[in-house]
Amino acid sequence: MHGLILELDAGLCNEKGYAMKKAFSNPLALLGFIIIASILVLAFTAPFIAPYDPDAIDVKAILLSPTSHHLMGTDGLGRDVFSRMLYGARISLMVGFVAVGIATAIGIVLGAIAGFYRGWVDTVIMRIVDVMLSIPTFFLILAVIAFLTPSIWNIMIVIGLTSWMGVTRLVRAEFLSLRNREFVLAAQTLGAKDARLIFTHLLPNSLTPIIVSSILGIASAVLVESGLSFLGLGVQAPQASWGNILTDGKEYIQFAWWLSLFPGLAILIIVLGYNLLGDGLRDAFNPRSSQH
Amino acid sequence: MLKYLIKRFFWMIPLLVGISLISFLIMHLAPGDITTSEASFNPKASEESRQKLRALYNLDKPVIVQYGLWMKRMATLDFGTSFASHQRPVFWQTKDKDGNIALGMIQEALPITLLINVLSLILIIAVALPLGVISALKQNQLADRSITLFVFIGFAIPGFWVALMLMYWTGVQHNWLPISGLESIGYEHMHWYAQIADKLKHLFLPVFISGITGLAGISLFVRNGMLEVLHQDYITTARAKGLHENRVVYGHALRNALLPLITIFGLSIPGLIGGSVIAESIFAIPGMGKLFYDAVLMRDFPVIMGILTIGAILTLIGNLLADVAYAWADPRVRRGVMQ
Repeated sequence: MHGLILELDAGLCNEKGYAMKKAFSNPLALLGFIIIASILVLAFTAPFIAPYDPDAIDVKAILLSPTSHHLMGTDGLGRDVFSRMLYGARISLMVGFVAVGIATAIGIVLGAIAGFYRGWVDTVIMRIVDVMLSIPTFFLILAVIAFLTPSIWNIMIVIGLTSWMGVTRLVRAEFLSLRNREFVLAAQTLGAKDARLIFTHLLPNSLTPIIVSSILGIASAVLVESGLSFLGLGVQAPQASWGNILTDGKEYIQFAWWLSLFPGLAILIIVLGYNLLGDGLRDAFNPRSSQH
Repeated sequence: MLKYLIKRFFWMIPLLVGISLISFLIMHLAPGDITTSEASFNPKASEESRQKLRALYNLDKPVIVQYGLWMKRMATLDFGTSFASHQRPVFWQTKDKDGNIALGMIQEALPITLLINVLSLILIIAVALPLGVISALKQNQLADRSITLFVFIGFAIPGFWVALMLMYWTGVQHNWLPISGLESIGYEHMHWYAQIADKLKHLFLPVFISGITGLAGISLFVRNGMLEVLHQDYITTARAKGLHENRVVYGHALRNALLPLITIFGLSIPGLIGGSVIAESIFAIPGMGKLFYDAVLMRDFPVIMGILTIGAILTLIGNLLADVAYAWADPRVRRGVMQ
């Protein structure tokens, strides 16, 4: 639900310019940026900094509590949790980017068509959006996964295909409001083709809210993936994801708190990072936010 | 108002047709047809059950006929019988020729999920409203900053993780609260007041979990709504004519800031229903979410399709109620829609 509210808000921003500077003078946005950048670095360098093979089973080191040898302890199969967390970060980042990439691409195309051509095309597209919004998303995702097989690629595609409605509405609204501005009418009078109007005039001017809503969208995609993996319907073992480490944590919760604590915290931190960054950017791009 | 109601009601028909199309598409997603799809989770995927599946969805007929028959099923809310649990009807009770009544699976599960969602909505309103109002009135002061921090954490915290931690802390470590199901052993022999207390104890954690994930969004929404309204001219007017500040804030500002909340609640229904999957499967609550999750694991297709459709219809009804409530509460909306 929060994704929705943030998306609604994301539609408010418009003006560009001094915004980047302003975004990074906002300490919370900067914090969000630092969080995401650090997780990116950790995930990329995972093969070099992970002390153990994330899938290596060690029967002599089962359920060890955190020490200097195993920073986050070991799991029920003796695997090093810290190494698994590092590799799990790759999954979270990848799912976020790919799923939102798919959703944003669909959203831009449909929203642009609806907002540019209006008329019956617009009506049809917006009705499809209404239909998709009325099916509980999590049910839809689970149903699709029941008919296919759970795998990381299916998860990313399914999340992408079920979360494009917000972007579509956003792009459409931007296009509707930009369509009759003087600079667009001028370009049209000079004989610009539809494609040129859309790609060089309308789209670049709607980019900011799209970026903000994408960043916030990544946050909810990460939460959905971890929820699915936690339910055993997402990333499958032995591949590590923060969600499925937590599933193991549930089994051993009475003896091994570290198995539940670290993945949960990691999900909290990455989602917080995206939200802070997205929110900071929105404030920076939104001239009205200085009033509040 | 009546004209608006009728118009709004007929507007649901194209949506229902769309929902039937999407659910039909999902059914045909699996490579080949669903009877041959890898039913790896389901040990009962025998030739017999495949035949039943084929008969249930008329898979031997042309696609257009299949869709027509699926529409008919949706219109009559007849989703067949479950594969996994002894041929129980998916949606509503049926009577066999001996007069034995078999209760529908959704019929049993739905009230439980609705109860949890209603309770968590009450919790959300009770906590988020004051938080949002305080945040707006003390804008940029310590209280506002702490509430904003809380809101950000609320957005980011995975509900199932909180559930797990609370379950461990209150249930396993301290044994304060029951951690699974809806009733204790021996529930039938308790007094009615003990039964209510028992139910409440079992409901506490699930309601808390579904509430906490919605809290942040609503309190942020109330805060922003209040800030927007407090800058309006009519608030200045109210202050200028000497109204007491309390009257201005609660009588004029809050009432207007709350209006859009009706829509937000309407829009949040699919999220709440969908979110019930995680909370209910963690706490083993026999509601819609758990039913759906089990059906997915067992590849119990009639149940999956039934819940998907009923969930969508519930959302439509929720949105309808929200729109009607909004139009009832705000004459401007009513007029705007009519014109």
